Amino acid sequence: MNSAVIVFPGSNCDRDLAVALEQVTGRKPAMVWHRDSELPAGLDLIAVPGGFSYGDYLRSGAMAARSPVMGAVRAAAERGVAVLGICNGFQILTEAGLLPGALMRNAGLNFVCRDVPLKVENSQTAFTSRYEAGETVTIPVAHHDGNYQADRDTLDRLEGEGRIAFRYADEVNGSARSIAGIVSEAGNVLGMMPHPERMVEPAHGGTDGRRLFEGLLEAVG
Amino acid sequence: MKTRVYVTLKNGVLDPQGKAIHHALEGLGFKGVNDVRAGKLIELDLADGVGDDEVEAMCRKLLANTVIENFRIEREAAETRA
Repeated sequence: MNSAVIVFPGSNCDRDLAVALEQVTGRKPAMVWHRDSELPAGLDLIAVPGGFSYGDYLRSGAMAARSPVMGAVRAAAERGVAVLGICNGFQILTEAGLLPGALMRNAGLNFVCRDVPLKVENSQTAFTSRYEAGETVTIPVAHHDGNYQADRDTLDRLEGEGRIAFRYADEVNGSARSIAGIVSEAGNVLGMMPHPERMVEPAHGGTDGRRLFEGLLEAVG
Repeated sequence: MKTRVYVTLKNGVLDPQGKAIHHALEGLGFKGVNDVRAGKLIELDLADGVGDDEVEAMCRKLLANTVIENFRIEREAAETRA
């Protein structure tokens, strides 16, 4: 699997994500700077990492979503390349319009940084095939703006089309319908607030995140 | 030309920041505050000839996230410039 990690000024989970991808796929991902307007050829996965791109100015992910590289990310997504956005990466993908809805300030106003139980809603996506539907896994969150909101029609559509990949099993941030991660209509774009790259080896306290990358490797080769 | 863009959360969208401000005002003893909504004011200093359509495009493309926010544009009339 050939992957790339997009790096913005203020990204801070890019290197952890690169380590996780290399461990699971055996290949180092290309690190692509946000000013590049082209991506390496032959990518199977584009990963948009967590962090605080552009200092969260204006809205989390707003600036990054308009950076030159995102045109290439959008074009690749439209061709069916898998795109994974984690935390700030999820915020960026919603701001870029690759996923519906928006991520607002946590309802409790606090930055939440802890392991959370997640319920796997759909194990039929390219990202979740190594999980069982209905299973509860543990993956950490670390965010201030993780409160997923969308209008009722959008939420109903996400539910009806099986596009909710993960839900919080406990209350975390006020997200509508406890949404922690969603996929695009075509299914090749996943955005999630929890950090699977922080749960890939036993020293992390668990390996529930690793299975996401293993499933991807299986799905996209 | 000075142009002000007011960005506010849509009705019905929960505003945790507004709630916290409301709570703090009550804590300070101010009574009679029914609700608080927090928003943003963005001031643009625009060259002559930048039209209303272009300012609206700026709002839709970047300044506001229309999934959750509304915007209102207030343009200073040219003749009132100092």
